[in-house]
Amino acid sequence: MPPTAISQAPGFVGRPTRRVDGPLKVTGRAKYAAEYDAPGLAYGYIVSSAVAAGRVLAIEADAALQMPGVIRIFSHADRPATATADKAWQDEVAPPGHPFRPFGSDEIHFALQPIALVVAETYEAARDAASLVTARYEVTQHRVDLKRERATAYDPPEKRAGIPPPPAPRGDFAQAYADAPVKISADYVLAPEYHNPMEMFGTTVVRNDDGKLLVFDKTQGSQNVKAYLAGVFGLPEGDIRVVNAYVGGAFGTALRPNMSAVLAVMASLALERSVRVTLTREQMFALGYRPHMEQTVSLACGRDGKLLAVHHDAVSGTSPFEDYQEAVVNWSGMLYACANTKLSYALAKLNTNTPCDMRAPGATSGVYALEAAMDELAHAAGIDPLELRIRNFSERDGNTDKPYSSKALMLCYREGAARFGWSRRQLAPRSMREGNELVGFGMATGVWEAMVVPVTAKAILSADGALEVSTASSDIGTGTYTILAQIAADAFGLPLERVTVRIGDSALSAHPVEGGSWTAASAGASVSLACAKLKEQALARARRMTNSPLAQAAMEEVAFTDGRIALAGDAGRGVSLADVLRASDLGHLEEEASFTPDEKLAGRYASYSHAAVFAEVRVDEELGVLRVPRLVSAVAGGKILNPKTARSQILGGVVMGLGMALHEEGLFDHDLGRLMNHNYAEYHVPVNADIGDIDVLFVDEHEDKLGHLGVKGLGEIGIVGTAAAVANAIFHATGKRVRDLPITLDKLLG
Amino acid sequence: MIRFDYVRPTSVPDAVKALAAKPGAQVIAGGTNLVDLLKYDVAKPSRLIDINRLPLRAIEDTADGGLKLGALVTNADAAYDVRVAQRFPLLASAILAGASAQLRNAATTGGNLLQRTRCLYFYDPHVPCNKREPGTGCPARTGVNRNLAVLGTSEHCIATHPSDMCVALAALNAVVHVTGPAGERQIALSDFHRVPGDRPDLDNTLERGELITAVEVPFSDFGRHYTYLKLRDRLSYAFALVSVAAAVRLDAGRIDELRVALGGVAPKPWRNLEAEGLLAGAAPERRAYEAFADRLLAGAQGFGDNDFKLGLARRAIVRALTQAVAGTPQSQSDKRVA
Ligand SMILES: Cc1cc2nc3c(=O)[nH]c(=O)nc-3n(C[C@H](O)[C@H](O)[C@H](O)COP(=O)(O)OP(=O)(O)OC[C@H]3O[C@@H](n4cnc5c(N)ncnc54)[C@H](O)[C@@H]3O)c2cc1C
Ligand code: SF4
Repeated sequence: MPPTAISQAPGFVGRPTRRVDGPLKVTGRAKYAAEYDAPGLAYGYIVSSAVAAGRVLAIEADAALQMPGVIRIFSHADRPATATADKAWQDEVAPPGHPFRPFGSDEIHFALQPIALVVAETYEAARDAASLVTARYEVTQHRVDLKRERATAYDPPEKRAGIPPPPAPRGDFAQAYADAPVKISADYVLAPEYHNPMEMFGTTVVRNDDGKLLVFDKTQGSQNVKAYLAGVFGLPEGDIRVVNAYVGGAFGTALRPNMSAVLAVMASLALERSVRVTLTREQMFALGYRPHMEQTVSLACGRDGKLLAVHHDAVSGTSPFEDYQEAVVNWSGMLYACANTKLSYALAKLNTNTPCDMRAPGATSGVYALEAAMDELAHAAGIDPLELRIRNFSERDGNTDKPYSSKALMLCYREGAARFGWSRRQLAPRSMREGNELVGFGMATGVWEAMVVPVTAKAILSADGALEVSTASSDIGTGTYTILAQIAADAFGLPLERVTVRIGDSALSAHPVEGGSWTAASAGASVSLACAKLKEQALARARRMTNSPLAQAAMEEVAFTDGRIALAGDAGRGVSLADVLRASDLGHLEEEASFTPDEKLAGRYASYSHAAVFAEVRVDEELGVLRVPRLVSAVAGGKILNPKTARSQILGGVVMGLGMALHEEGLFDHDLGRLMNHNYAEYHVPVNADIGDIDVLFVDEHEDKLGHLGVKGLGEIGIVGTAAAVANAIFHATGKRVRDLPITLDKLLG
Repeated sequence: MIRFDYVRPTSVPDAVKALAAKPGAQVIAGGTNLVDLLKYDVAKPSRLIDINRLPLRAIEDTADGGLKLGALVTNADAAYDVRVAQRFPLLASAILAGASAQLRNAATTGGNLLQRTRCLYFYDPHVPCNKREPGTGCPARTGVNRNLAVLGTSEHCIATHPSDMCVALAALNAVVHVTGPAGERQIALSDFHRVPGDRPDLDNTLERGELITAVEVPFSDFGRHYTYLKLRDRLSYAFALVSVAAAVRLDAGRIDELRVALGGVAPKPWRNLEAEGLLAGAAPERRAYEAFADRLLAGAQGFGDNDFKLGLARRAIVRALTQAVAGTPQSQSDKRVA
C-alpha cells in the first residue's frame, strides 16, 4: 500500500492550524478523568506515610471508621488479593526491579507512600476521616542524600528495555587526556525535579451492572493501563476499558499506571461500586520524578579545539525497589567526533519513589553536563563556544558509527546564531555590561532521539462524507488531535470540521504509550496509511459503479476533494463519496492500517532531532539578580506538521529548561528523609516575569528514513540544552561557573 | 478532623464578642493564608468568624494628612488607591512586590499582618515544629532553612514573618488599631510582631479576642526618596529572601532622616532606630550606607542554607539606600534592579 503523499496547498499539513480541541478545553467541555460522574460514586482519599523508611506496625482506623459516610478503609492489612508475581505489575515501560504495589506489604520505602485508602460516600467525608487515621511505625535509617550515596553506586545488573547502556570505551581516554594540551574536568549536580502537570492524578472507575469496569484515568497510555490493571487484578481484558480522552499535561509522569488507578479499581472491585480516587498536590510530589544526579565530565582538546578525550560519569538516584535507568552519558559519545571516550552510568538507592521519565529523560540531565563542559573547554582553549561545536561536528553517531538519517544541526547553529546576533559576543567573560548588569551570551546544543513505534489506526468514511480516524493514542497537550485531523483532512481534501479524531480510549486500535516524542510521527503515519487504504477502497468501488467516469482511473490520476473523487485535471468527471457508498449498499467504508518502523533502515541509520539554543542573561553583579531577556531555539525536527503547535511545544520545553536552570528544586530534609517544598508556592517553576522573549525557529530538514511523513517529533527537544545555554551565558556574564542547578541568586554572590 | 462553627457578624462589637467567647475562635478575612492552613490541618479553629461583612473597607484621611486603612481593604485596593500611591508610594510598592495579582485581590490589610510564616516545616503536620506544636522541636535549624531568619531568632524558632506590606508599614511608623473585649487600643507596627523567644507559637502581641480594625499610616513626606527592594528566588510571585524598605529625607545634601526596615530576615520587620539616628547628618555615600548596614545586621546569624542572607542583606541595604537617595525607587514591574 503506497502511503498517502502529503498533499500541498490548500491543505492543512505544514500550516499553522489552531487546536481542534481548543474550544472544548477553554469552555470546560473537555472532561478530565476526575470529572466523570457515576451513579452511587464512592470517593477514596489516600493516607500517606509520615516516615521515609521502615514498616507500618499498625494502622489505627477505628475512629475514622466511626465517621458517618465512611464505607471501608483499605491498607496492607485489609485489601483484596492482587497478583503475586512482579511480572503482573510490570507495565509497558517499567524499569527492572520489583514494581511498587500500593498496600503490597507493611514496608515503607519513601515518605508520603500511600498506607491507607479511606473510601466514603463523599469526598469530604473521606478526607475528613483520613485525617483521623494514624499509624505506628518502626523507623529505619533512610537515605535521601545522593552526595553521600554516590559512594554506594552500582552498575544496574539488569538493563531497562529500550534504554541503551553506556557504550564500551573507545580508544584510550586516560592517555589521550593526559597528553592533551587543553583540558577541563568538573562536577555537575542536578536537583530532583517534579513533574506537577496542572491536572493532578485522578481515576474514576465506573462499574457497570455486569461488573465490567470503565476506567477514566489520567494516563499517557490507555492500553498500557488496561493491560496492567487486568494483570494486577486477574481480570479478563474484556472486562476493562480505559479512557483518557483529555490529559491535562503529563511530561512522562503518566507513562506508567498510577497509584490512583490501582487504588480506585481495588476499591471498586471490593465494594462492587463505582469509585473515584484523586491525589492531592502534596501527593503529586511522591510520584516519579527527574532523579537527583551527580555527574563528572572531563574533556580534552588540541589547540585547534578538536576533541581528543571525553569522559562522562553519572550517578543517578533510584528507588529502593526498582532500577530506573535513562540514557544520560551516551550523548557524550555520540554528539561530537572523538576517538577516545569513556562513559559510565551508575545508580544509588534513595528512599524515594522510583524516578520516571520526565521530558527528554536522560538527555536533559546528561546533555546539560556535556554542554556546560564544552563551554568550559571552549573557554580553556580560547575558542568561541559555537566555533568549538562546529569544529567537532560529526556526520556520524560516534557510539554506533552510523550515519544520521538527517542532521540539519549545522543549519540550527548558523540560523540560530544569526537570529540571536551571536557575532556581537565578546570572547572574554565579564566583558559586556550595561549599568549594574553584566551581560552574557551562552549557547548549547540540544539533541533527542527521533523514534517511531508501531501504531495501528482506523479510518471510517460515512454516508454524509464525514471522516473519522482513530487510534488509542493520547493527547497530553501536545496537539495530537489536531495533527491527526490535519493529516486525515488532507488525505481526503476535506475541511477540518469534517474530520473527527478519536483517541484516548483503550478500545481503539493498538497504540503504545504516548511518549518519547514518537506520537506525531507514528500515529500520524498510521492515520495516513489508513486513509490511503480507505481511498483505495473508495476508488475501487467508484470504478465498479455503472457508467463510472472513473472506470479506468488509477489513484495517481484522481483527486479527493470535498467529498468527491474526480479526475485530477477534470473536476467534472467524478463521483461523490456518498454515491459510492450508496452504490455499494454500505452505511460506511472502513479500513484499518498499521505503521511499522522499517527495522532494516533503522539498523543502518541513527535518527535524532537537534537544536541550537542561544541565551542572553543579565546579572546584577552585586545582588545576583538574574534575568533571561531573550533566548533563541533553532530546531531541526524534520517536517513540521503544524508550525503553531510545534512552536508551542518548543516554547514549553524552553520554559521548562529555564525552570531547570534557575528554579526547580526538590528540597529534602536529610534528617527526616522528606521532601519539604511539596506545593506550588514553594516548589518554584518560572512565572511570566522570568520568561523573556523566546524566539523559535525551525530549520529546513529533509528526513526520509523514519517513516513516510518525514516527521521527527518535537515534544522534548525544546528542553534539551536550554539549561546549559543559560548556565553558559551566566559564566560569560559573570566569569563565575555555577555547576549545581538550579542557579539561584545566592550562588552568584561573589 | 476540624469541626468548627461559622459566624458572619455585621458589627465590630459582635465580631469581638464572637471571638472572645470561644477558645480557639479565629477570624477569617481574605482566606488566602488561613484556608491553606486549614487544608493542611495546621490551623484547627473551633469557630471561624467571617469578618467580610464588617464595615472595615474604607481608606480614610487622618487629621495629620495620613491615611487609615480599614482592616478589610484588600491589598490591591490599597496599592492602587490614588492617595496611597501619592502619599505612601513605598507602601504601594511593597504591596505590589508581594504575591500575585489574584492573591492581592483577595488578601486584606488585617490578614496581611497576621499571615503565618512560610517555614516549610510549619506547613507539614507530619513533622515537628515548635511554632505549630510547642515543645516538639525545630527541625528547620539544621534542615531546609533557605527562607528563614538570621535576626531575632531563638533556639526554639528561626521563622520569618513573610509579609512585604508590613516591612513598608514598619518604615512608615504605622500604627495598628485593634478592638478587643476591653475596648480599643493602638499598637505601633514595630511592636506588633514579636520575636519567638521561648514562645514561638505567638507571632504577635494581640490579646485574645482582639480584632484588627485598621492600620494607620501617619503623614510623611519622603517624596521620591524611597524604595522597596525585594530579592527572591524568581522575579515575581515568591516570598522575599531579603527585602528592604527605605525612605530618606535629605537636607542640603546631607541625610536628615533615614528609615530602613528589612523583610525576609527576621520574625518581624527589622529596624534599628539607633542606627538610623546615627546616620542623621551624614553625607549620603556608600561608606556610610555600609556602616549603617553593619549596625542594622549586628548579631545576624545564619543556619546553613540561609547563611547567604548576611552578605545579601548588607548589599541590598546599600543598594536600597543608593536608590532612595537618588530618588530612583525600584520598579515592581521592570525587574531590572535600578
Ligand atoms: C502563594 C502565595 C504567595 C504569597 N506571596 C506573598 C508575598 O510575596 N508577599 C507577601 O507579603 N505575602 C504573600 N502572600 C501572603 C498573602 O499576602 C497573605 O496570605 C494575605 O495577606 C493574608 O490576608 P487574608 O485577608 O487572605 O488573610 P486570611 O487568610 O483570611 O487570614 C490570615 C490570618 O489573619 C487573621 N486575620 C485576618 N484578618 C484579621 C483581623 N481583621 N483581625 C484579626 N485577625 C485577622 C486570620 O485569623 C488568620 O490567622 C502569599 C500567599 C500565597 C498563598
Ligand atoms: S523555624 Fe519555627 S516554624 Fe520553622 S520549624 Fe522551627 S519552630 Fe517551626
